[in-house]
Amino acid sequence: MSAATIGASAGSRRVAPANVVAWTLLFLGGIVMVIPFAYMLGASFKLNNEIYELSLLPREPTLDNYRRLFERSGFPRWFGNSLLVGTLVTASVLFFDSLVGYTLAKFRFRGRYVVFVAILSTLMIPTEMLVLPWYAMAKTFGWLDTYWGIAFPGLMTGFGTFLMKQFFEGVPDELLDAARLDGLNEFQVWWHVAMPLVTPALSALAIFTFLGNWTAFLWPLIAITDRNLYTLPVGLASFSGEFQTEWEMVMTGASVATIPTILVFLLLQRYIIRGITLSGLKA
Amino acid sequence: MAGRLTDLTIGQKRAIWAWGFLALPIAFYVAIRFYPTLEAFRASFTNWNIVGRMEYVGLANYARLAQDPAFWKVIGNTFAYLGLGVPISMLLSFVVAYHLDRVRFGHGLLRALYFVPHLTTAVAMAWVWRWFYQPPPVGAFNVWLTGLGITQMPFLRSTTQALPAVLAPAIWGGIGFQIVIFLAGLKAIPRTYYEAAAIDGAGAWRVLFEITLPSLRPTIVFLVVTSSIAYLRIFDYVYAMTNGQGGPLDSTKPLVLMIFETAFKHFEMGYAATQTVVLFAILLVISLVQLKLLRSR
Repeated sequence: MSAATIGASAGSRRVAPANVVAWTLLFLGGIVMVIPFAYMLGASFKLNNEIYELSLLPREPTLDNYRRLFERSGFPRWFGNSLLVGTLVTASVLFFDSLVGYTLAKFRFRGRYVVFVAILSTLMIPTEMLVLPWYAMAKTFGWLDTYWGIAFPGLMTGFGTFLMKQFFEGVPDELLDAARLDGLNEFQVWWHVAMPLVTPALSALAIFTFLGNWTAFLWPLIAITDRNLYTLPVGLASFSGEFQTEWEMVMTGASVATIPTILVFLLLQRYIIRGITLSGLKA
Repeated sequence: MAGRLTDLTIGQKRAIWAWGFLALPIAFYVAIRFYPTLEAFRASFTNWNIVGRMEYVGLANYARLAQDPAFWKVIGNTFAYLGLGVPISMLLSFVVAYHLDRVRFGHGLLRALYFVPHLTTAVAMAWVWRWFYQPPPVGAFNVWLTGLGITQMPFLRSTTQALPAVLAPAIWGGIGFQIVIFLAGLKAIPRTYYEAAAIDGAGAWRVLFEITLPSLRPTIVFLVVTSSIAYLRIFDYVYAMTNGQGGPLDSTKPLVLMIFETAFKHFEMGYAATQTVVLFAILLVISLVQLKLLRSR
C-alpha cells in the first residue's frame, strides 16, 4: 500500500489524486442511490401533464396531488393505522424485551439458561412458517380485521430480548444492590435504576421495531381484508387497481409512506448506525 | 403449607420475582412461537383447508410437492434471486465500504446516501421502480435507452428480464445494511497489521487479499448468511411489482409468494404448510453452514 493511502486513513491532510477520484466516484454512486427518491418526490409535486417530462423539478409545483390523495383514497386512515399499530407494538417490545433481558442478565435461578436458549431459538423460525397457524388462531378468536390482529405476533421479540440482555449485563450489580437496600422492590429496581442506564439500547430497539412495523407487509396483508384497517404498505400495494395510470398519484402515496422514515433516519442517524453495527457484531 | 413469605431466603425471593417477570413472556413465546411452529409441521401432514375437517394424509403433500412442476419453477426462481442477489450485493457493498472506510471528508454524508434506501418501505419503492421500468414515454429507463440509441426493453413484461428487474431494487434496498456492517468490520482490523504490511512494502492488492479480506472473514460469513436468508425470503418487491402475481408466467414467483397463494388464494393450508417446512429446512441448512464456517477457523 502506498504511503499516501495509509496517510489518508490515518487522518493526514495531504490529499492524493487517487483519493479525489475515489471520493468523486463514491459521491456519484451515492447520488445514484438516492435518485429514485428525488424522482418520486419531484413527481409528487407535478401536474399530470408534466409527468412525462423527465425533469426532476416540477415547472409549476403543486400540492394538488397530496390534497387529492387524502380526499380520494384511504390514505389518512392507513397512515393512522400504521402509526397506531407501530406505537403499540414498539411500546410492548420495549417493555417486555427489556424486562426479560434484564431478568436473564441479572437474576440467578434454575432454568435461566433454558429460558434464554428457548427464546433465542425463536430467531430461527421464519415468519412465513408461523403465519398459517397465526391466521387460524386469529380466525378462531375473531382477531382478523382488528388492530390487535395485526399487532399480536410482534409484541415480544427474541432479537430485542437478546439485545437488551447484552446491555443489562454491563450494568453494575452494586448499583442494583444499593437500590434494594434503599427499600425498592425488584420491579422498581429494574424500572427506576436499571432502565435509565440502557437508554441508548432502548432507543435503538425502539427505532428498529417501529421501522420494522412501518414497513411490515406479509402479515398485515393476510390479517386484514377491510380497506379501512389497511396499514400503509398494504394500502399502497392496493393502488394497482385504483391509480394505475396516474403515476403522480402513486408517487405521492409512495412519498407519504417514505418521508417519515427518511425524517426518522436524518434525526436519529447516529443511533441507527450504532444499533445496526452492535446487533450485527453481536449476532 | 410452606413457610411464610418472610422465611424465604433472598435467593428464593429473587427466583420468585424472576419467574413472575417471565410468566407472561413465557406464555407468549409458547402460544405465539412454539405452538404455531409445531402446528405448521403437523399441518404439513394434513389436508387442512380452513373449512373442511382436518385429516392426516401422511406424506401425500410432500409427494405432491416433489411432483409439482410449479414448485420446481418457483424453487428455481428463488435460487436465482439468491444466486444473483448475494454475489452482486456483496461485491457492490464491499467495494463501496472499502473505499468509504478511507474517506474522512463527508464520510457521514456519503454513508447516509447509501444507507437511506435500506430504511424505506419496499412496497413504496417498488412503485417507483415500476414507474422507471414502464415503456416510453412514461418510464425513465426506456427514455434514457432510446436517447442513447439503444432499443427499448420490456423489463417487467418479459419472462427473461422480469426477475432481474425485480431483483435490482431489492439489491438497491439491501446494500446500505451490508455497507454499514462491512465498515464496522473494517474498523475492527488493527492498524498495526497495515503498518507492518507498509514496512514490508506490500502493494495495495496484496494487503487486500492477505490482510483485509482474511480479517473480514466473520463479517463476510455473517453477511452472506443474512443476505442469503433475505433473498430466499424475497416477497414484498415481487408482490408489489407484479400485482401479486409473480408474473409474467410465474417467471418472478418466489417460494414465499407460492406459499401465500396456496394458503390464501387456494386455501390449501396443509399443502402451504408443507411448503413452509421446505423453506424452514433450507434456511436451517444455511444457518448451520454458517456455524460450521465460523467454527472451522
